[in-house]
Amino acid sequence: MNMPAKKLRDADGAPVALHDRAMDNLRYIRETMQRSASFTHVSGIGGVIMGLIALGAAWIAARSASPTIWVTIWLGAAVTSLTVATLLMARKSKAAGEGLLTGPGRKFAWNLIPPLAVGAVLTVVFVRGALVEQLPGAWLLLYGTGVVTGGSYSVRPVPLMGAAFMALGTAAFFTPPAWGNAFMAAGFGGLHILCGIVIWRKHGG
Amino acid sequence: MAARQGALTKDGANAAPPSLTEVRGQQPQAEALGLDRLIHERLRLGIVSALAVNGSLTFGDLKELLGATDGNLSAHARRLEDAGYVACDKSFEGRLPKTEYTLTELGRGELQNYLDHMEAIIQATRNA
Repeated sequence: MNMPAKKLRDADGAPVALHDRAMDNLRYIRETMQRSASFTHVSGIGGVIMGLIALGAAWIAARSASPTIWVTIWLGAAVTSLTVATLLMARKSKAAGEGLLTGPGRKFAWNLIPPLAVGAVLTVVFVRGALVEQLPGAWLLLYGTGVVTGGSYSVRPVPLMGAAFMALGTAAFFTPPAWGNAFMAAGFGGLHILCGIVIWRKHGG
Repeated sequence: MAARQGALTKDGANAAPPSLTEVRGQQPQAEALGLDRLIHERLRLGIVSALAVNGSLTFGDLKELLGATDGNLSAHARRLEDAGYVACDKSFEGRLPKTEYTLTELGRGELQNYLDHMEAIIQATRNA
């Protein structure tokens, strides 16, 4: 930018205003598109798939011989689920002409990652402290927290699902530890499938 | 009118007539620039932009997304529908009426024109 040009425009006034208004309009369009995309970036089908993975994991985990195997099965399911979800979101972002981390998924991802990271640390702590039976409550609560905050701009069923996860997690802490696997199935399986179907029917895909 | 338009798109800073300063920041600018006024209005621009990303959105989705009131949204959506920019599909989901909007090819083209126009303005003022 050279100074004379700037002066000229300032003196005249009009082109500066025009430029600003055009920029403002473009920004508005961009923001609306992003919000519109993040509004439905969550995939109903994705939710159902994640739920089915969790139900499968619950079925296998219920037959596991040791707490370590139980944890391993669920961690495997979590990685598989998150990969599927990320791929589906990436596909939708791509359709909207946005990168995954600049577009629709960004806010959701950045809100979900911190509680998941906490969950990873606590998992190590709980396993070392022989507190594996307390993991379902911690996992459900932390995942729920991420979904509530990340889903605050998504369609209504998403934050509601997060709240339901938090309720289940709390319940898991105050009920017999033997129910832990059932709580996991109800949350990561049941809630995902339920919410997925609602989004699918109401908002498509 | 025509002179104004030419002056602006060609060389904004040097040739802008004083009359333009008078209408700065006001609606007549849209006309002066030969803009599609139908899309230029904020809420209508919002509707078209939102639909450009999503295949279809319900009345409720749009309302929540754009923070509009029922009356305002339906009036503006109607104008876009009348112009053929959006298509509206009314159906029933159980007993609840459901209104779904989609962007037509015409609407998509007009949004693209509008975007090109905005970019041209920015280019013109930058090069000035």
